[in-house]
Amino acid sequence: MTKVVERKPLSMLERTYLPSIVGGFQVTWKHFAKSVLKGKPLTMEYPEEKWVVPEGYRGAPYLVKDQEGDTKCVSCQLCEFICPPKAIKITPPGPEGTPADRANAEKMPREFEINMLRCIFCGLCQEVCPEEAIFLQRDYSLTGSTREEMVYNKQKLLELGGVHGGIQKWKHKLEEAQAQEAFPVPQS
Amino acid sequence: MDAIYYLHPTTQFVLFSLVKIVLAFGITLTFVAYAVLAERKISAWIQDRVGPNRAAPFIVDYLPVIGPALVRLGLFQPMADGLKFLLKEDFTPAYVRKVYFWLAPALTAVPAFMTMAVIPFGSTLGNPNNPMVIADLNVGVLYTFGIVSLGVYGIVLAGYASNSKYPFLGGIRSSAQMISYEIAMGMSVVAVFMVIGDLNLSKVVAYQGGGIHHWMLWKQPLAFFIFLVAAFAETNRLPFDLPESESELVGGYHTEYSSMKFALFFLGEYASMIAASAMMVTLFFGGWTFPWGGGAADGLLGGLAHIACFIAKMLVLMVVFIWVRWMFPRFRYDQLMDLGWRRFIPLAMANILITALVLAALNH
Repeated sequence: MTKVVERKPLSMLERTYLPSIVGGFQVTWKHFAKSVLKGKPLTMEYPEEKWVVPEGYRGAPYLVKDQEGDTKCVSCQLCEFICPPKAIKITPPGPEGTPADRANAEKMPREFEINMLRCIFCGLCQEVCPEEAIFLQRDYSLTGSTREEMVYNKQKLLELGGVHGGIQKWKHKLEEAQAQEAFPVPQS
Repeated sequence: MDAIYYLHPTTQFVLFSLVKIVLAFGITLTFVAYAVLAERKISAWIQDRVGPNRAAPFIVDYLPVIGPALVRLGLFQPMADGLKFLLKEDFTPAYVRKVYFWLAPALTAVPAFMTMAVIPFGSTLGNPNNPMVIADLNVGVLYTFGIVSLGVYGIVLAGYASNSKYPFLGGIRSSAQMISYEIAMGMSVVAVFMVIGDLNLSKVVAYQGGGIHHWMLWKQPLAFFIFLVAAFAETNRLPFDLPESESELVGGYHTEYSSMKFALFFLGEYASMIAASAMMVTLFFGGWTFPWGGGAADGLLGGLAHIACFIAKMLVLMVVFIWVRWMFPRFRYDQLMDLGWRRFIPLAMANILITALVLAALNH
């Protein structure tokens, strides 16, 4: 449906531009008074004040630990493969590598690097992770003075990631296995 | 100091003039720098922003309370801006017409400063033979109009020399704008000079010397209004910044310019704003005279007070220039022409006619 905008011809007064002068001054003065006399400009002075990002904000991806403080990542490399900008680089432990922090977990990465200059915060790594070991967290402003500094390694990612509980698949598996050792199953 | 007075009068004149030229030039340049800051700050406040508040040279550390306050006000920003302009890469695109491209910025900046020459910015500093005006021309205002119009050539030339679409459009608009407003501006002051009967700007100031009620503003309000609007058009300020119009012409005539060459355009724009304000103060607001009247100063302090009074009046008009920028949207090309040709020129003519009739009736 077409809407006809009515354009009235300007009145004699309006054609002198006087109402616009008055109106223009009123508007500008209102804002000037607000920022100068009341001292309330809208600007948030960024590095000193920061936005509080909401829960569930998708910022930088970090590795998380479980309740026991163990690395959750099992070095399956799914995130490395799905990462669109190829920001993740995982070095698996290899056959002779250090065993995983968690008992019964098969392995954990020897090194886990995210190049934050490449990362696009898309969240596919979080989505694909079968272990819930990587999460997009609330940091949005990562800075560094060199490119090397912007490649976050496993230790740094774990530190920044903190603890994230949730499922404890490997713990339950361990308990199951221990229970099977002690056959017959105790009556509970 | 008295040794100067034993010199030949011509030598004295040359010496005094040189000092006045250097001072006027230096002070104008400083004012340009701080006019830019004022523009940025006032614009920011009107838009609910904060404006420049970070530039802090090392000396701030030694000023306990005032230092941070000055930083908040952005008082050191002009220095950073100037340095930035000097250090930026001066890029000349391959397709420009080189000679004109280099000439245009100078052509815009120079006339703006030359206008200052005839404006009486103070009475005397004690010596009655040494008035505070660089060139006390009898044709003062004609000189101003002649020089001010030259500024447009710089803009047109920049548009032509850039050899690219937007600057070209900007240049064309500028010339059309100049033709529309120069006439109205010239005609508006004719009425003023009919009342005063002299073209010398010092005489204009002397005529208005009797205090605020003698100001030309009250005798020729229409002339002042036309002059004010035309001054906005002449200095390419909003709502008549058609040659520049950032939002449609990507900066207009100075799109292809960078670094110091761009800075010269910038300088020219603000210097002509200052010149226009100074001109309006002289013509309509009593020049350097105090609002409560009084003649030429007889001492150094009085002379300095007169200069301060002139500068204060000028600053008020500068704020008007800056403030109006946020009050109106930009005029359309045809509206601008319409306003110039069909409103202001007839109005200015009518003003001349009425002034003539009133003068004839009074002198009869």
